[in-house]
Amino acid sequence: MSLTDEQLERYSRHIILKDVGIEGQEKILNGKVLIIGAGGLGAPIALYLAAAGVGTIGIVDGDLVDRTNLQRQVIHFTPDIGKPKVISAKEKIKEINPDIKVNTYQYLASAENISDLIKGYDFIIDGTDNFAAKFLINDACVMAGKPFSHGGILRFDGQTLTHTPGNACYRCVFKEPPPKDAVPTCSQAGVLGAIAGMLGTIQAAETLKFFIGKGELLVNRLLIFNALDMTFRNVTLKRDLNCPVCGQKPSITALTDYEQAACDLKGQR
Amino acid sequence: MKIKVNNEYQEFDGEITVSELLTKNNVEMPDMVSVQLNGEFVKRDNFSSTSLTDQDEINFLYFLGGGNF
Ligand SMILES: [Zn+2]
Repeated sequence: MSLTDEQLERYSRHIILKDVGIEGQEKILNGKVLIIGAGGLGAPIALYLAAAGVGTIGIVDGDLVDRTNLQRQVIHFTPDIGKPKVISAKEKIKEINPDIKVNTYQYLASAENISDLIKGYDFIIDGTDNFAAKFLINDACVMAGKPFSHGGILRFDGQTLTHTPGNACYRCVFKEPPPKDAVPTCSQAGVLGAIAGMLGTIQAAETLKFFIGKGELLVNRLLIFNALDMTFRNVTLKRDLNCPVCGQKPSITALTDYEQAACDLKGQR
Repeated sequence: MKIKVNNEYQEFDGEITVSELLTKNNVEMPDMVSVQLNGEFVKRDNFSSTSLTDQDEINFLYFLGGGNF
């Protein structure tokens, strides 16, 4: 693949980076990313990956745009209220960068469909709002040997880790989903909109680093920040050899749908 | 003794267990927190029997469920 003049111009600020260059940009252009959840995290992730030229972006979300989303889900605009989120997101991606191939999946990821969903993609992004989905994405990616970025936000806090095969997974840290109502949900607890942007752009940067193969991914570490104090901390993680999914003798060998626990929004999910 | 809690040192007189440290730090739902002590995760059942020693490094990791909402 060689870049067209238009592409050289569009991606010039990437290309002049020593760690990207034409070679890195070509890798990004060939990249296939699946974003699960087109909400607070998925919105900035999709915008930045589209602008960066990630060749194929898949978006999974079964919801419609709601007025309460607009405070943070910056890919959806006021006239989009009532529109499927995947369609709203696709329209913006195409306007930012017409070269991107966008695949839309207007349904929830489930134990039944997730293996097929992730199959054709190089990197998966968890932008979901509930533990059932977070554990499902983790387990499916570990089993399929797919790298993925985990992200979670609440109130003024955010945390993220990147999993690549053979390294610590989400379940190495959090063994199983918390019981329903044990952890405050986002609609109960709230979230500062900009937190979604902070964490989502970290996840987008990790995705681009994955493709260019430079730097150190958030592998075997959990990045945690609190925006009230504006403090960041890195917690070093080790893969747990007794992990129920990525350990030496995994007890979880099939995908299951946990009861949806968090972030019920008007009972839509 | 000094214990590094979530990257910041805290001082304690005498013995303290993981459970007591969680209480002292006003951790809202101690049953929902993952605790990493000197790089190893402590089983929840062992929170009250695990005593900390000087210069231990401990991290509290919480479930953050949001993202899409
Ligand atoms: Zn694991």
